[in-house]
Amino acid sequence: MDTESTYSGYSYYSGRSRGSHRHGERSRDRHKSRSKESSRSEKSVTINAPPAEPLLGEQSVRGEEVQDDNWGETTTAVTGTSEHSLSQEDIVRISKDLDDSVGLDCKRYLNVALSVILGLVVLLTPLAFLILPHLLWPDRLRTCGTACEGLFISVAFKLLILLLAVWALFFRPPRAGLPRIFVFRALLATLVLLFVLSYWLFYGVRILDSQDEDYQGIVQYAVSLVDALLFIHYLAIVLLELRQLQPFFSLCVTRSTDGATQHYNLGQLSIQRAAVVILENYYKDFPVHNPAMLTASKSRAAKHLAGLKVYNVDGPGGNNAAAGIAQSQSRAMIAAAARRRDSSHNELYYEEAEHERRVRKRRARLVVAVEEAFTHICRMQEEEQKKASGDVMDPREAAQAIFPSMARALQKYLRTTRQQHLHSMESIQQHLAFCITNNMTPKAFLESYLTTGPTLQYGKDRWLARQWTLISEASVTSGLKDGTIFLLKCIDFSLVVTTKKIPYIQLAEEFIDPKSHKFVLRLQSETSV
Amino acid sequence: YNSAVLFFLSVFQQRIEIHKLRDGDNLILGFSIGGGIDQDSNSSQNPFSEDKTDKGIYVTRVSKGGPAEVAGLRMGDKIMQVNGWDMTMVTHDQARKKLTKKNEDVVRLLVTRKSLENAVRQSMMQH
Repeated sequence: MDTESTYSGYSYYSGRSRGSHRHGERSRDRHKSRSKESSRSEKSVTINAPPAEPLLGEQSVRGEEVQDDNWGETTTAVTGTSEHSLSQEDIVRISKDLDDSVGLDCKRYLNVALSVILGLVVLLTPLAFLILPHLLWPDRLRTCGTACEGLFISVAFKLLILLLAVWALFFRPPRAGLPRIFVFRALLATLVLLFVLSYWLFYGVRILDSQDEDYQGIVQYAVSLVDALLFIHYLAIVLLELRQLQPFFSLCVTRSTDGATQHYNLGQLSIQRAAVVILENYYKDFPVHNPAMLTASKSRAAKHLAGLKVYNVDGPGGNNAAAGIAQSQSRAMIAAAARRRDSSHNELYYEEAEHERRVRKRRARLVVAVEEAFTHICRMQEEEQKKASGDVMDPREAAQAIFPSMARALQKYLRTTRQQHLHSMESIQQHLAFCITNNMTPKAFLESYLTTGPTLQYGKDRWLARQWTLISEASVTSGLKDGTIFLLKCIDFSLVVTTKKIPYIQLAEEFIDPKSHKFVLRLQSETSV
Repeated sequence: YNSAVLFFLSVFQQRIEIHKLRDGDNLILGFSIGGGIDQDSNSSQNPFSEDKTDKGIYVTRVSKGGPAEVAGLRMGDKIMQVNGWDMTMVTHDQARKKLTKKNEDVVRLLVTRKSLENAVRQSMMQH
């Protein structure tokens, strides 16, 4: 109904503006045909083509009118088949070239080098504190008593524990290369450096300069340094590992191409660390990105705008008019597209029903073929293997033997579900050998082909998702906040991440006495009065 | 015609006055009630109600020779009011309480009867 009302307003204008034209009857014809169309269409497009400045309305209308004269010669149709000139393989190759970038490796090695140097400094400082007096003024040193020697043992073991702890926490293979520095680690490194420097300063001024003879004091000083380092390591554990364990935010991750959505609960992390966690989970949770599934909707979208082209016949009319013209043109296009007798929803319905039927038929054939193929193989027992009678095969040969009987059905099925680029003959045979070795049933073998699995399931060259870019309005080292939105862009698609705070849960308790559970039957009771 | 309409309206419902009988310490009325909004209105158990979702108070039994029978109460009557208290939307226990008030000797009931309705309808149609 809305369409009709706005429509009549529009055509009223066109009728009025063309009232004085010679093409009087043609305009009336078109007016009639348009109103007929609008009564037939059931679209509820509420785009109000406003009865804008009559000047602009006239211009656009006049443009259409002129187009109507010889529209057969001048319409262009977008068919949607010749859009891509790059095949998918080219894109993959380009992305692989981008992978070999030198800059990232440099940063990684620099990080490793710095942390190794810091570690050595930290490790050797207490030993230096202990050894230097012996080297510089050995004669004046008081001999180390029993307590002092006991302290030697404590220093040794504490250093060992510190060494193991630092190795466990800091020297793990890095899982990801982050775009900016890891703020907490940098802060901790600075803290340790300052700490050790201040100890050295004190040592240099008060002990080396004055050549203190109290060796036990020096040993205790070294022990206190090691203790303090162990406490800094505890601080590092809390800041780097423990703080983000408690879930605080719930992140909703949506893939831009097909809308696959997952939710993750994370603690208080910076945006870049949260991005790493999300990407690690992406490879196992999201079904693999299949570009072949998207072509159908793209062609539908292209068909919508096909056959509509707006010409601006009045030439350049100044900047102000141009913006207005563009706006009214786009509105005119939207309104015209909505008015068209569009039966694409019908096509979609029947196409999808037909596709569903075809997939089910092929799937039935495939299941039967695989089950039949598996019956030809039987496992030989140990004793039978001893008295082998020729024709004994290992799993790979067995797989190759039964593969041809199911190959055709499998290939047809993969083609129908548009998965054929994800699996190669070699990978299928390998999977078959694997299933035979592990005594899997035909259903288990087929599971990886009937359903689309996560990205990790397929070989690395099929992933199409290696190089990620983090796009964020806030700084990537800032922490997650409620309402933070950032994008993880890949070449073909992007993941849109929105953050929501997990609500504070106020839990109340209610005590129910177990003896208070009593029941009574409700019947049609009859009471005498 | 006007008189027929008034007749129609007044006879659908009947006013019954029951004088309670003293039996030792209790005052008895001589009938049993069933129904109530808290009852399970299983249709098989309440043959008196026309509408199976009716949760009103119905007379299920009238003891022979008791005050209720003498006053004209019949089995299957739906009690609409007791001494002015509405009985159409009460629980079973509330209805019982309203009927067995110790300080009242007389209860005035407003009842409807299906047979009454049918009789009036038939007489209306004849006119």
